[in-house]
Amino acid sequence: MKKSMLSIKQSYLVCAIGVAVLFGLLMAVCETGAASLYVKGIIMTCCIAVIMTTSLNLTIGVLGQLTLGCCGFEAIGAYSAALLSKLLVANGVQMDATLRFLLVTFAGGVIACVFGILVGIPALRLHGDYLAIITLGFGEIIRVIIQNLKVAGGKGLSEGQQGQALIGIDRLANLYVVFWITVVTVVLLFMFARSRYGRAVKAIRDDEIAAGASGINITHLKVMVFAISAFFAGIAGGIFAQYIGALTPSMAGWLQSINYVIMVVFGGMGSLTGSIVAAVGLTILPELLRAFSEYRMLVYSVVLVLIMVFRPQGIFGNWEFSLPKLVNRLFYPSRVKDPGESGAATESDAVVGRAAESADDKETKA
Amino acid sequence: MSEPILRAEHLGITFGGLKAVSDFNMTINAGELVGLIGPNGAGKTTVFNLLTGVYQPTEGEFFLDGRRMNGKKTYQVVRAGIARTFQNIRLFDKMTVEENVLVAFDQSFTYRLGGAIFRTPKFWRQERDMHARAIDLLRIFGLEGLANTEAANLPYGAQRKLEIARALATGMKLLLLDEPAAGMNPTETEDLLHCINVIRDRFGIAILLIEHDMSLVMNVCQRIQVLDYGRTIASGLPEEIANDPQVISAYLGAEDAGDTAEGEES
Amino acid sequence: MGDQIIMFISQIFNGLKIGSVYSLVALGYTMVYGIIRLINFAHGDFIMVGSYVLMLTIPFIIACGLPAWLAVVPAILVCVAVGVIVEKAAYKPVREKGNNMTALITAIAMSLLLENGSQAIFGADYQTVPTIIQIPTLALGGLKIDGATILTVLLGLVIMVALQLFVKYTKQGKAMRAVSEDKEASILMGVNVNSTITLTFAIGSGLAAVASLMYCVSYPQVSPMMGAMLGLKAFVAAVLGGIGSIPGAMVGGLVIGVVESLTKAYIGTITAGVITSAFSDAIVFGILIIVLLVKPSGLMGEPESEKV
Repeated sequence: MKKSMLSIKQSYLVCAIGVAVLFGLLMAVCETGAASLYVKGIIMTCCIAVIMTTSLNLTIGVLGQLTLGCCGFEAIGAYSAALLSKLLVANGVQMDATLRFLLVTFAGGVIACVFGILVGIPALRLHGDYLAIITLGFGEIIRVIIQNLKVAGGKGLSEGQQGQALIGIDRLANLYVVFWITVVTVVLLFMFARSRYGRAVKAIRDDEIAAGASGINITHLKVMVFAISAFFAGIAGGIFAQYIGALTPSMAGWLQSINYVIMVVFGGMGSLTGSIVAAVGLTILPELLRAFSEYRMLVYSVVLVLIMVFRPQGIFGNWEFSLPKLVNRLFYPSRVKDPGESGAATESDAVVGRAAESADDKETKA
Repeated sequence: MSEPILRAEHLGITFGGLKAVSDFNMTINAGELVGLIGPNGAGKTTVFNLLTGVYQPTEGEFFLDGRRMNGKKTYQVVRAGIARTFQNIRLFDKMTVEENVLVAFDQSFTYRLGGAIFRTPKFWRQERDMHARAIDLLRIFGLEGLANTEAANLPYGAQRKLEIARALATGMKLLLLDEPAAGMNPTETEDLLHCINVIRDRFGIAILLIEHDMSLVMNVCQRIQVLDYGRTIASGLPEEIANDPQVISAYLGAEDAGDTAEGEES
Repeated sequence: MGDQIIMFISQIFNGLKIGSVYSLVALGYTMVYGIIRLINFAHGDFIMVGSYVLMLTIPFIIACGLPAWLAVVPAILVCVAVGVIVEKAAYKPVREKGNNMTALITAIAMSLLLENGSQAIFGADYQTVPTIIQIPTLALGGLKIDGATILTVLLGLVIMVALQLFVKYTKQGKAMRAVSEDKEASILMGVNVNSTITLTFAIGSGLAAVASLMYCVSYPQVSPMMGAMLGLKAFVAAVLGGIGSIPGAMVGGLVIGVVESLTKAYIGTITAGVITSAFSDAIVFGILIIVLLVKPSGLMGEPESEKV
């Protein structure tokens, strides 16, 4: 079985070390003051984008269903977390700030997940274009409803009219905690994709009828994937709320969702590596090119068309960066291209290598 | 006598006033290989779609091992024990040959989400077992050397075989083969014939075969049922079928039988 | 009481006015979807392009002593050019190489490109379109009907009938129907599929230009983002009517227009303030969701299913 040079346990260890090193680097730049508040903010935004993009990739890249409503779920998570946080304070609940942050963020994810299931069950009966449109529709409905909720800063249902911002959210998001949430997200998504669930989901992407004829419960898995994506979108929303401190309903709009779709498509459908690189890259790039920020979307759209025409599978296709493989290649160059590498051995792929990479990019920019 | 594997009684389906299949009766016992033939558009594939829950019958019922299968969804029918291949090959193109088979093993896995995420010992054990089983299965079809090839890159004959291997992996009792020899040259057909015999002997399963290649049908099938315009016009031993005047007229279009059915198989 | 009825009727006419704009745009969606199974997200933005052309050319046309509405001619020319370029430069290559999802993403990208391109050229703010046409208001007793409304509705009907006749009886129209039924078979029958698709885009884009004229008669403002929501609603109209069906697009557009107008006017009263006019967009999307779930083929479309 062991065709790979590193055993599975060793591979996981390598990945864990990789992540730890990156975290060390992150701490180093933050603690020494090398990273300004501005840079820390960008790293935070990168983490949020990574969570959104990798989880959205599960639906778009692995399941092969285009959804345009991810920001609706992000908004649900954000508003839920923010309101819950306010509620806890209002009721005089005393708890550690980090604990409160984790609790309300998780709750935001769970609530988004519940909505994901509620939306997913009817919506996922549709395919392709129709699914894209119906999720867009749900996203817009979520936006309009939030806009009109009094509790969410709107003027209330009786007043109607445009909602205002929900302000005064405690800014509890700590960069280190968020970093680890991001790592955990990527690891969980990786574990899911490299299991019988991931295989079945890919089978549905390749041929739904054949997947059914192979004994796969298609509806169940589709809703599961949709719910997982919604959960992590909710988590990302919760972090966002407690990082920014103020929310507006426009965050649920479909143009926001398109932003993340663009990241997934840029990086490569089905590639976590691609999603991470694209999320980090496309978050940093506009910051570097502030002078041209007006033309950001213009450039995006042109590049997007070019990618669709010349490389429809995205920059990385479905290739994954793997730290253990890299280690193998460096230390056992002669034995790497062993024919008949077993499925179980490749299984050990860079769980954390990928997370490592996300942090990697963050460092390069920091 | 024991309960047959498949028992279909008066099965029928109507599409907007058109009776695609009507009064379809069939019994298949364990280990039997039955042929289903008929001119294009006779309703053969529709029968398959009924038996696998793709369509719901509008009349009649069918039983697998005595269990009523009406109203079951495709995956439920498959898990109960009816697997199929498709006329126009349907593989998971972007997945490897081994993964194609592993997908069909899905119901044999018992680890859940938690097991997948925390990589429990159960996860590793099952992944390893299934890998071994998949390779064993592929070996029967001579595909073990191609286990890591993307399914879309396989040659045509190998794709047909992989589809059968995938169907076998579901652990079925009844295998439905929809024109497995379509588009194959005589050598490939011969090879396929051999495979079908091997799997029948080795797994002791029942097989229902749709095929246009008459020599193949006459050679391997123990019994044959003939459909025309959705109705069973004959059924019996191969030699009886070969000499049945109704069958001959359905295929050759004798003057009184009118034109043979036109168009694509539904 | 009489006032209420007059109010109600004029709300319906308001709805018909915007509804016939939706109809014209929906026709473009429906024709393109019918032929290449693509939701042309950029279609709504063709209206924006048309409107900017109107804004720029009307002063010139008036200076030449011609009626302002003739500005629709350059608008049509530009929209057709944009539509055909979008098809040739982006959709066609992607269609040949990719799948449905890449095609849809390309359409979204083209929409973003047009929106952000015009924003770069014209700025993000609303600009005013000069008065195009002055039509006297029709008064029936207490009921006053805007002349523009009648004109818009009539023009919409005329175009729909003309289009239906074109598709039914002309050679090119028959080719369009053939391609939408079965592309491969049409090729074998000697239909030039590419030029048929191009023609479809040209007609759809031309209709968008006409729609922009009708829109600007009633709402003389343009902005780079004006096409986005308009396009989405028109798409909802096309789905409601049954995508691929020309009369369906017309009916769907009018229904969406009237529903929207009545919602804005009455929903607050009907639901005692629980749901207000601010929800009108949500209601339009709610209709979309219900139609998709209950009858995806729409009011007049034909159902499709994958063959096994």
